[in-house]
Amino acid sequence: MAKYAILIYEDPAFYANVSPEAWGAVVDAHSAFVKQVFELGGSMAGGEALAPTTTATTIKGAGTVTDGPFVETKEAFGGFYVVEARDLDHAVEIAKLCPAPGGGVEVRPVVDPTTNPF
Amino acid sequence: MQADAVAAALAQAHRSEWAFVLSATVRVAGDLDVAEECAQEAYVSALQAWTRDGVPERPGAWLTTAARNKALDRLRREVTLRRKLPLLVEPATVDPHDPADLDWPDAAVPDDRLRLVFTCCHPTLAPEARVALTLRLVCGVPTPDVARAFLVSEPTMAARITRAKKKISEARIPYRVPGRAELPERLDSVLTAVHLLFSTGHTAGEGDALVREELCDRALHLARTLAALLPEQAETRGLLGLLLLTDARRATRTDEQGRLLLLADQDRTRWDQRAILEGLTVTAGALASGPPGRFTLQAAIAGVHAMAPSLEQTDWPRVVHLYDRLLAVWNTPVVALNRAAAVAFADGPAAALPLLDELATDPRLADYPYLPATRADLLRRLGDAAGAAQSYRRAMELTANAAERAFLEQRLAEVSRAAGAEPALG
Repeated sequence: MAKYAILIYEDPAFYANVSPEAWGAVVDAHSAFVKQVFELGGSMAGGEALAPTTTATTIKGAGTVTDGPFVETKEAFGGFYVVEARDLDHAVEIAKLCPAPGGGVEVRPVVDPTTNPF
Repeated sequence: MQADAVAAALAQAHRSEWAFVLSATVRVAGDLDVAEECAQEAYVSALQAWTRDGVPERPGAWLTTAARNKALDRLRREVTLRRKLPLLVEPATVDPHDPADLDWPDAAVPDDRLRLVFTCCHPTLAPEARVALTLRLVCGVPTPDVARAFLVSEPTMAARITRAKKKISEARIPYRVPGRAELPERLDSVLTAVHLLFSTGHTAGEGDALVREELCDRALHLARTLAALLPEQAETRGLLGLLLLTDARRATRTDEQGRLLLLADQDRTRWDQRAILEGLTVTAGALASGPPGRFTLQAAIAGVHAMAPSLEQTDWPRVVHLYDRLLAVWNTPVVALNRAAAVAFADGPAAALPLLDELATDPRLADYPYLPATRADLLRRLGDAAGAAQSYRRAMELTANAAERAFLEQRLAEVSRAAGAEPALG
């Protein structure tokens, strides 16, 4: 088994305008996803949802502190899971079920720091 | 042993056995790069050994043993040095814990060459990387030749191939034939890559004619291999039929000056009748195996053309019917355009013009030279020389292919003369 990060990118506007019922449905979908990962033979190694990019603070190279996210994009990085899967096929199968109604997800292998993957 | 006889045997063994040798070596080496180097070394050592001892009875088996031994030697030497992630090679026997392997009956453990081609054409790799990797690894074509085939610089192609190989090992793309449930979808990615390989050779805008012929031959060989290894998947035979029937016209696609010849102007007596017969047989078999997929239907269309004594005597209603079925399984604007061109022969150019008007609103065809070229041809046949000239000019602006441009120029000159105007281009 290997670790993969599932990075969630969504348009913040989607959640800014969402009804309380729809918000509840998204939260339920994430709870269901956690169960599905196990049903598919994977395991959940962690994950968090992040507050909107309007709350972000960026510190670049020389220590300059600015308001806002590192990169301004329409679909912003808004949360992640780390799952364990057999291979990329398995990780993609799992990630396809990850809720991201306002955008999509990206799958990235997690690196073993004893080797340089670059 | 004669040096040229050995060289010929070796070249033949490279063409027909490379994928077999490499894919069997990957299993031992656990790494694509190492396996490739070992397979190359095996071919080098074969030159000397075969000159001394004669060409072995089964050159492929000889080369595989030699390459695998080299890989084992390396593993013993480098066991402490290895830092790279090993390729996810699965055991040769059926693994009861792997749901994909469970789908395969015991007797039908997939051929290693299939694992190699499914890995090279994995849907998580970029489409251009899939084709390049297939040429490099499955066909054993050197990187500089792969670069020339796709009209990019050698460093660009080398970087593209390295990046794809790296994703295979780092992201753990499994070296595996997909299970039956996902097989049709994954197979489509493989067949698309082989078809793209063939079309690159068949229609390349520029570049070395020999390189392009080689691409067509490689694609045909791959299609044959896939049809032999996965005969129960009818689309493998559909693709083989399509390539055979298209390739049968290879000699007549351009004239002596390299100018493009349309189906109407091709000398049908020079079509390769043996390839046509084989293509029709293979296609008929694919059609008889259940609801046909897009490659089988395209092969069936190519088959109608191959059997027609002339453009006029083509069974156009049947071509339109096959395009209708193709649109049902593969709804793209290019297929719709080809259908419109068939309608123009079945029901007359006037019947097809409204279809083109509709397609002209599709943004995916905005830069597609065949749309204005088709419109120009319809207008020419309807006697609207001025309208035809305008559409030929638009098509010329859009095409990057020298042979096609020359053809369009010639047609433009003809309609301009017909309209009593000066040719717009000399």
